[in-house]
Order: sequence, then structure tokens, then C-alpha cells
Amino acid sequence: MSELVETLEVSRRTLLKASVLAGGGLMLSATIPGIAKAATGGKAASLNAFVTIAPDTTITIVGKNPEIGQGIKTMLPMLIAEELDADWDKVRIVQGDSDAKKYGTQFAGGSFATPMNWIPMRQVGAAARQMLLEAAAKDMGTAVSSLKTEKGHVIEPETGRTMSYGQLASLAATMPVPDPAQVTLKDPKDFTIIGRKIGGIDSPKIVHGEPIFGVDTKLPGMVYAAYERAPVFGAKYVSADLAAAKAEPGIIDTFAVPGKGGHDELVDGVAVISKNWWLANRARSKLAVKWDNGEWATHSTKGYDEQAKAFMASGKPAESLNAKGDAAAAFASAAKTVDAQYHYPFLAHVPMEPMNCTAQWHSDSGTMEMWAPSQTPNGGQTSVAKMLGLPEDKVIVHITRMGGGFGRRLINDFMHQAAAVAKKMPDTPVQLIWSREDDIRSDHYRPAGWHRLRAALDDNGKLTAIEDHFVTFDLGDGSFNPATMPKDHFPYAFVPNASYGQTKMKTAVPMGALRAPTSNALSFVFQSFLDEVAHERGTDLPTLLLELIDDAKAEPAQQGFFGKQPGFDPDRMRNVIKKAVAMSNWGHAALPDGHALGFGYYYSHLGHFAEVAEVSVSKTGTVSVHNVWIAGDVGSTIINPFGALNQVQGAAIDGIGQALSLAVELDKGAVTNSNFHNYAIPRMPVVPQIHVEFVPSDNAPTGLGEPALPPVIPAVTNAVFAATGKRIRSLPIDRKLLATA
Amino acid sequence: MAKLTINGETRNLDVPDDMPLLWALRNELGMVGTKFGCGMGLCGACTVHVDGVATRSCSAPVGSLAGKKISTIENLSETPLGKALQKAWLDVDVMQCGYCQAGQLMTASALLAKNPNPSQAEVDSAMQGNICRCACYGRIREAIQIAAKEGATANV
Repeated sequence: MSELVETLEVSRRTLLKASVLAGGGLMLSATIPGIAKAATGGKAASLNAFVTIAPDTTITIVGKNPEIGQGIKTMLPMLIAEELDADWDKVRIVQGDSDAKKYGTQFAGGSFATPMNWIPMRQVGAAARQMLLEAAAKDMGTAVSSLKTEKGHVIEPETGRTMSYGQLASLAATMPVPDPAQVTLKDPKDFTIIGRKIGGIDSPKIVHGEPIFGVDTKLPGMVYAAYERAPVFGAKYVSADLAAAKAEPGIIDTFAVPGKGGHDELVDGVAVISKNWWLANRARSKLAVKWDNGEWATHSTKGYDEQAKAFMASGKPAESLNAKGDAAAAFASAAKTVDAQYHYPFLAHVPMEPMNCTAQWHSDSGTMEMWAPSQTPNGGQTSVAKMLGLPEDKVIVHITRMGGGFGRRLINDFMHQAAAVAKKMPDTPVQLIWSREDDIRSDHYRPAGWHRLRAALDDNGKLTAIEDHFVTFDLGDGSFNPATMPKDHFPYAFVPNASYGQTKMKTAVPMGALRAPTSNALSFVFQSFLDEVAHERGTDLPTLLLELIDDAKAEPAQQGFFGKQPGFDPDRMRNVIKKAVAMSNWGHAALPDGHALGFGYYYSHLGHFAEVAEVSVSKTGTVSVHNVWIAGDVGSTIINPFGALNQVQGAAIDGIGQALSLAVELDKGAVTNSNFHNYAIPRMPVVPQIHVEFVPSDNAPTGLGEPALPPVIPAVTNAVFAATGKRIRSLPIDRKLLATA
Repeated sequence: MAKLTINGETRNLDVPDDMPLLWALRNELGMVGTKFGCGMGLCGACTVHVDGVATRSCSAPVGSLAGKKISTIENLSETPLGKALQKAWLDVDVMQCGYCQAGQLMTASALLAKNPNPSQAEVDSAMQGNICRCACYGRIREAIQIAAKEGATANV
């Protein structure tokens, strides 16, 4: 059974309902229980409109998921419009509010939206088209089989009679609603919208500076809030000079906000309110807040590093994650062993639009209304309601476009702050904005981590055993811990003897998911270590990788987050590796003096990516990346090549930034980075030429926000080794290690 | 009381002289096209033109701007060059999140006004003060070159 069919099976229960629009026209609503269930905890989901067709031929499609720059607001409606045979130029897209019961889960993360929606959205479009065809057949007194559709019209080719969807919409609304599982979806060769380069739906507004981002929200009588929180994570509020700050120019009010819930909800703070955010933010300096830092004021990244190194040196993980065969025996009889320690730092997300949220407490109706740039608006709605002791339907969340996400806005701490402040100022709209310093110092960071890896090779250079001692963190409060690794991380399944274990250190540093979570770090660690192993055997990394999976079989589809998901397929891995090798002329490339290539492969978010980087290293140790070749398999179809390429190119540069320059440091329990001068994300001059090719496979299309990122990091570090003979085992790359002059 | 000329109009502002132009635009005048990114002149999201020069409005106090001509993203399409850049931006689908793009466009238009046919090195150098966190840099380069070519043929 192909993956396409598997996915179909999951979404068979999609329910459709048609009604006549006020003023005439068709409104087609869909419920996708498989998805809605995940969002509503199994409660019955009501119906809501995805498509309306007005008599004036305007087709309006609801873009239900939050837009963070991944292109979802353009892409999901493309799926509906394709099967509907709509005229794309006449399609209007509106952002749906947060309502999981209506739309099914709405979030931006995990590269999930494409596989979750590929079939259901097309079914909605196909069902609407079928109803329009039936309406036309009735009106024309002919058979559906003698009709076709094209660009928003039903046409009878034999007679040349044509009716627009607008003319047919009201009649179509009275036609029987088809079972979505029974509608015929197009053969991909007939696609006219899917596969076309379609520009971002909001882009024309953006180039004119129109207000469309969360922080652009303007409401009558709105005031601005700045929020002072403790620099030390886990610290508690003691006191502040509220009067001194209130005496500053333009300050309306200052008040302490007691925290409630976890670090991802409401943390202790002091709000400063003004008609102008800059004035509010400036007055923070007069607050002189006293914090009780507790046990955390001694924590530092240097301290964590020393602890982790001691654990790794001890050689014994505190707990086993996974073991098979007899690794100890394999090491005892090994012809060669490789033993190396790897480290990666905490990272911040730094989306360009700083965290912000606008909130208004309506005292008459007891409703909190919010305008939230959140990747998880449903979750924010639920937890703000809980914080305020309100039923969920008394929190209204408008989803705004976001100036980037990268996983930062999966956490809604800023929504809680805005709601708590607005609750204290009844009927006054409040826009709470973080400074860039707040953003960098109050993130939920990509966890730092340490790995001691060992490999055993036999006389033939075969990898007979692998061991990993992972040193990581534990928040110790039972909250979700993103500082983990898959217990069967590649190449576990392909090595006869293996043992993975971990040791945890206690911390109060909030941690979260950064684009390609866990993969962005583990790709560097494992693909660099395997490059070491390959080098030790006298081969190269692509050769080793292909050898490891030589007789591997495809895993069966597995039950995943949204239904059946394809299992790991070694053929797809082989194909992208071979493609990247060919694209970069790997092993045969004629390179300028001092340039070298490095390789990386990674499978994440259902996408296979193999990448090659060409680097050179200056005498002062500066690494320049000149070219990146990327081969990716994300299934049968690239839905929007514009958005798809942009995601891949951006992910590669994002990964290069992580390799070359990014680390969040802590001292005395607080982050010492503050702004873009000491958290230096890539700028235009460091950007290489990026060559991308997609390798299609017989799988339903999957997401692209993340999987292109992980392999570029080891591709760069392995290239640095090839250029200099120096192995990069800690990120970001330490220039001093590479300097020769 | 500061009196500023913004997009050809005289605007009176009752704010302290040291308030950065960015916050006068956004919170006092409701002109939110100019974006807040860092507050330290490090990211370029807040770029406007002051007498034609690309300027970080988060670091330009209103008190220093009397008698100068300020132009913002809301006014970009008033010039043929601005229009050409906007069109190129859409034709190559430059943006992902789009938040930094007002600043990118303002820096690019100041560059092309001064240097209508920049080399890639000149583009990189002029644009390096503008961060795009989504890293649409390749497309920004491409769009600037397209607009430059357009400018050469249209003689704008």
C-alpha cells in the first residue's frame, strides 16, 4: 500500500456540510476528526467553513494555520483551489481565528502541516467541485459526465455552454454533500496550481508596509506595556520601586505581577504602562527590582561544561537509554576504536518580530480578547483561560501573522503576561512588547548537550559497536523536557552492538524546541563522529553511510502524531546521498586551493536530506562557506516551489549560522548575550551559493520547515576537517582552534 | 515639541527630544510599516531614509531630525525605483516571514539611488546591516539586481 493510500485511510472520516451563504452562494464546511481529536482531547468537533463561493464569483478560503513565514497561509488554500479548479487569481484567503473545535488543531511546528492536510484539504476542494458540477448539470439539463471544470467555471465542451462558479454557488449549496472519501482526486499530472510557483499571499501588503503582524495591531485607546522579569531563571519577585518608575515621563502605571504556573506560563514580573512603548521600556531602569535568586544564581554554562566533562570522563551513564548485542565484547576485540567528546551550546530563536501580544479585558462580557502572534494559539487560549479561571470560550484569540517563529512562539509566556496585565486594566487594550534583550534573555532555549561517543571497528573496517554517553538536563519539576534524544538514533539500528545511555544535570534554564529540535544538535554530533569513523577506516562518510544500510529493509508505516506515517526507507536515504554526491562532484571536484568538501545526511520530519558544503579557512581561522549542494526527498510533489526552495535555502543558512557563530552563554544564573552584536546571526556577506534538487519518491508530500537544516552543520564541520585536518567537536566553531597565523 | 517632515507631510509631535523616530512613527503617528527589531541599530528592520540616506530609526532621536526629509516604507511606491524594487521583491517571492523586508527595501532603494548598478560585493556591503532571520538573502540579492536592470532600461 502506498503512503498516499495510508494517509487517505486516516482521513476517511472527514465530514462535510454545505449551506447557503447569507445573500446567496455556497459555504462548504469540513471537519477532520483525526485532526480535531488531537486538538480537542476527543470532544466532538463542530463544523466550520473552509470554502465559500459568493455569487460574484469570489472564492474565499480560510487559511486555518498560523503563518510564521513557512508559507502555510498560501499553501493550504492552494490544495483546496487545485481540486476545486478555482481561478487562483480570484481566490481570497482569510486567516481563521483560534478555534480547534472548528478547524482542528491549528499550529505551526514539526513540519506537520503538509502531511496532515495534503489529502483532507484536497477532498474539501474536490467535494465543492462535485457539487458545482451537479448544480450545473441540473441547471443545464445535462449529465455531469458531459461537463468539465476550468478556472472557476463549469463548461459543457460539446455545446460551449459555460457557467461561472458564482452563478452556480447558491444552487450547489442545495446539492447532496459527497462523502469526502468517495470523491475523485486529480491525477497529479493534471495539477495546475499545485507545483506552480505562487508568491506569498500577504507579500504585496508587506512591500507596502501595511499593518499585518501581531505587533502592528492597533486598537482605540491602546496603551503599551513593558515587562521586567528576573534576569536569573527561577528567581522570585521580592520588591521594586514602583513609584520611581511611575514618576518617569509618560508613565501611566506600574505594578507587580505575581507569577502563576510554570516558566512557560506567567513568571513573576513588573509591568510598566505608557502611551508609548519606548517610554515604558525606558522607565524599567528606575524599578530597582529585588529578586530572590535562590539556588540558581550560581549556575553558568562554564559550570555545566565542567560537570558534563566529569560525567563523560567517568565513562558510566547514570541510566541506560537502549542497548543491544554485547558492546563491551565488541570493544574488547576491536581492531580499532574511535573515542570522541562532542558539545553543542544553548541557542536562542531570535525571530525578527520580538515577542508581543495585544490583549483587552472586556469587563461587561467577562471576555479576554487577544491578538497573538503564537505558533500554538489553541494551547495559548487554553492555558490563558486556565490562568484567569475562565471557560475557554471566554478567551478569544485572533491569530496574527508572525515575524518568524523557529519554535520560539510554541511557548506562550508572552500571551500570559499580556493577559495578566490587561486583566488589571479593564476595557483598556494593552500591547505588551519585549525588547530584543528580553527576547534573548527570556527564551526557551535549544538545550545544550554533551556526548561521548565510542566506536569499535573490526579487521575489515566494519563498524561493530557504537556507544553514546549523552549528558543532558533535567528541569526537575516534571515539566516537558526537550533535552532528550531518540533512543534508537542513527546508526543504532544498523550496528550489531550498541549502547546508549544518559546522565542528567539539574537546571532552571527554560528549554524548548528550535527548528528541527534535537536533530539540529544530534546531526552535528553523529554525522561528525561517523565522519571520524569513516576517516579512521580510510573511506569517506557517504561510503560508510551507504555501507551501513546496505541490506536494510524499509520500516513499515507507523502510527504517528496525525495518523499513519511512513517508516524509515533506506532507498530514499540512498537516493539523496547519491544525488548530493553527483551534484557536488564529490570525490572528483576540482576545487580552488585551500577549499574542501564535507558531507552530512539526516532524516527528520519525514524528509531525507543529504548535503555537501564547500569551505575554506583563513589564516586567522575564519571559516567561509562557498557552496552548499542539497538533495532532499520530501515525497512525490513540491506543492509550491517558491516557498519550498525558500525554506530549504533559509534552513541551510540558519544551520551555517549555528555552525559558525551562535551560542547562548550563562553566568551567575543569567544569560550574558543581549542583542545581535553578541548573538550574531548570519548576514548577507556570509551567504554561500546554495544548489537545491528535490528527489521525488512515491510518498505523500511532507513538510519543509525543518528537515533541510540538520545535515548542513556536519557538512560544514566535516569540510573544515577536510580543509585543515582539525576536527570540530564543539559548536560554534572556535576560530582560535583553526588559526595558523 | 518636534516638527518633522515625513513622507512630504509636516507632523507635530509632543514627545521628548530623545525619543527614537521609530517609536514616534509607530506609537505616536500609527505608521507601523517601519519595524522594531533590536533597538540598537544592529538589525536594520527599522530603516528609513533621512535626506535620502538609509538611517536606523530606532537610533535616531526625533530632536535631531528637524528640517530633514524623512521617508518611510509607506512612501516607497512614490518613486519609480521604489516601485521597481517592490515588483522585483514580489516577482522572485523574496520573503518568508516578511518582517524585516521594509528595512531591506529601504536600504536597497537608498543603495540603488546612489549606485544604480552595484556589483554583488557592493550589494552585500550595503545590505550587511540588515538581518533577515529567515535568511532570504539569495533572493534579496537577486531582486536588487533585477530592479537595478529595470532601472537601467527605464532610466529612472
